Amino acid sequence: MAEKPKPESAAAPLERIPFMQRLLDNPFLLLFIGVVVPTVIYILWGVMEITQIPLAK
Amino acid sequence: MSTVATESDYIGKLAAKFRTCPATGLKVDLAAERLIKANAVAAVVFLAIGGTFGLLVALTRWPAVHLLSSDMFYLVLTAHGLDVLLLWIIFFEMAILYFASAVILSSRIAAPRWGWVGFALMVVGGLMTNVAVLQGDSSVMFTSYVPLKAQPHFYLGLILFAVGALIGCFIFLGTLVIAKEEKTYEGSIPLVTFGALTACIIAVFTIASGAIILVPTFLWSVGYIANIDTLTYKLVWWAMGHSSQQINVSAHVAVWYLIAAVTVGAKPLSEKVSRTAFLLYIFFLQLASAHHLLVEPGLSSEWKIVNTSYMMYLAVLGSMIHGMTVPGSIEAAQRKSGYTRGVFEWLRKAPWGNPAFAGMFLSLVMFGFLGGITGVILGTEQLNIIMHNTLYVPGHFHATVVTGTTLAFMAVTYLVVPLIFQRQIIWPKLARLQPYLFGFGAAGISLFMMGAGTLGVARRHWDISFADALLPYGYPPMASLMMGLNGLSAILAATGGALYVLITVGSILFGKKVDETNAVASLGPMPKKVVREAVTKYGNAGTWHLPGTYVLVGIFFTTFILYYFVNWKYLSELWPMQ
Amino acid sequence: MAIFPPQTRIWWNEPVAKAELVWISVAFLWGLIMFFMMIYWHIYGQQNLSTQVGRIDPAVFEQRTNEFAEKFRIRDEGDTGVPVVRPPPGGDAYMLARTFDWWPVLELEKGKPYKLHISSVDLQHGFSLLPINMNIQVHPGLEHIITITPTEAGTYGVVCNEYCGLGHHQMTGRIYVVEPGQGG
Repeated sequence: MAEKPKPESAAAPLERIPFMQRLLDNPFLLLFIGVVVPTVIYILWGVMEITQIPLAK
Repeated sequence: MSTVATESDYIGKLAAKFRTCPATGLKVDLAAERLIKANAVAAVVFLAIGGTFGLLVALTRWPAVHLLSSDMFYLVLTAHGLDVLLLWIIFFEMAILYFASAVILSSRIAAPRWGWVGFALMVVGGLMTNVAVLQGDSSVMFTSYVPLKAQPHFYLGLILFAVGALIGCFIFLGTLVIAKEEKTYEGSIPLVTFGALTACIIAVFTIASGAIILVPTFLWSVGYIANIDTLTYKLVWWAMGHSSQQINVSAHVAVWYLIAAVTVGAKPLSEKVSRTAFLLYIFFLQLASAHHLLVEPGLSSEWKIVNTSYMMYLAVLGSMIHGMTVPGSIEAAQRKSGYTRGVFEWLRKAPWGNPAFAGMFLSLVMFGFLGGITGVILGTEQLNIIMHNTLYVPGHFHATVVTGTTLAFMAVTYLVVPLIFQRQIIWPKLARLQPYLFGFGAAGISLFMMGAGTLGVARRHWDISFADALLPYGYPPMASLMMGLNGLSAILAATGGALYVLITVGSILFGKKVDETNAVASLGPMPKKVVREAVTKYGNAGTWHLPGTYVLVGIFFTTFILYYFVNWKYLSELWPMQ
Repeated sequence: MAIFPPQTRIWWNEPVAKAELVWISVAFLWGLIMFFMMIYWHIYGQQNLSTQVGRIDPAVFEQRTNEFAEKFRIRDEGDTGVPVVRPPPGGDAYMLARTFDWWPVLELEKGKPYKLHISSVDLQHGFSLLPINMNIQVHPGLEHIITITPTEAGTYGVVCNEYCGLGHHQMTGRIYVVEPGQGG
């Protein structure tokens, strides 16, 4: 995925792109994160709590 | 599979036709351009319809006018929410997604035919839901909380609309892939496109949540499902309802960066910081759906606190970063252009006569001060008790969605019309006035509704005099005054809105054609000393001196802290409860 | 410009200005303060929403409210036929939401805690106690038990602030708060 742009001068060896920059350049990984985080923290946790509401005395 | 894909890719590449934008030098795929035009036009049409409904709502809630009957009021209020909150904004966002991918990356658009399928679904769905509401049996409000039941085609229309929008999101992602493979740009995507990507990601979650809840609700409305749990409905519905407003936030922040880039030549102070702020949105912004469930029975305080605070306010941190980097990048660009005297020369001499810039800056300030601060306060677990479902809530979101998103989208229209429709803006003098009329009108709506809300006035309520109630209650007279001022503000905003629709439609139909000779001039007045080539690097640590931005941010932060604790004081005066 | 790709290949390693770092740190700390303020209020604050909730058949809740009203009724509210009910201080009080009223009218003593049971028999409603502006969502099938302590004598309105149909604006109720030993 993380394809490197062409070096401007062949002499200088290309520095490795930092992890965070590669993350930010990867739309599908970001999509995965952006869907999973709210699904787990908001929806799944919330629905679990709703199903656990006890019967009234 | 792969051979077919390559072949169609090849055909796609051959079939794509481009023109070169005379103002920016970007290559514009004509198929993308047609889709942008169609979505933008649909957006403006629904804004005109929904805005008219909004004016009727405000005039009914003005006790001295009390325009509509109760049945009509609830009908029109349902339609107002649908048409502006959903249709106007999502259609416009589709246009932004296509623009930020295909045009900004100078790429061909992925699967334009699917783009038309999506567009058709959205139009059909939007009309179907409108018809359901106007028939009168579906006055269930935008939220349609079960067991309040609408006609089946109310839900079906929403589902079709959502599927259409989802197709648009995938076309955006597909275009990113094509642009990368065909190397239409080098390195990372531009910041504006990254902001659009954030909006797209949130949109996918939003639409998926909508499908999860609306499909069973549709089946329930036709009788296949006996019962839908009210609390689960509300939980999942708000994963759509609130997240769709988070699409707006991401999209209009991207639009702020776009307008700042085009009108004053601003460039991000730091790619790293601005993108990280968007990343915080991707992670946490959607959790704020919990804002609507803070006074619900049946959810724990732990769930409420973690979600309502966007995981320790990390998404608010993102917004506060943009709140500094957007004005900061404008200040830096203006100082580069020579406006260096004093703390605020850069702001005084900014292109206030350019409706794109004026609308964008008003949107930035009003979103921050009116929408952002109140949103955090509404979303504080205990403080919500003294505000939930009062007019404070629509007061807040008219600041975010109207003065924030809608005003930003209006502002960018003054660039989209010359760049994409290739027409000059007609009536430039009225256009200069338009963002101010609309912006201050909408700010008034927001402030006066919040004022009424702090007096306890309920939202979505036809008659605050309780004339037909068995046990009437009397609000303080101040409440009626607030509602009157709200009505006047609505008239002001509606004037600005009508002007926007007339100018936009008029320019598309009758504006002078844009060509090489007048392309840059068509974008409206720009700061005089702009030397585009001279925008050298100023995004590094050594060149940061932006006193004006520090002052603005300081004022914002002080207001935020004071207003936050004032509300805790109000809460502490409430009856003790546990 | 924000409409062009970043100028450097590796932009992540560019230094961030000190002023920007200061703002980010301040904003982050402010977020933490706001986060812990909610937790602090749960420990030391007086106004926290009860989490005492149970699933209940709406018919059962209606029956219990009727029994409660019969047992503690002290008078009727004017000529409306709605009973005014005075529960014993420290005891249970019921208020039922339905299209389109809050039932019955309650009379409470100032400074005494009451266990208020609220639920709906049909749709969702919004319990809004005015003018103090206390707002709680009410669901059918969920019984919410909230301990409240009125702090001032007077007549309080209850308004529905969740849209519940075409008669929504007629849906009101009332709570009287009297000095201990008075009223009746």
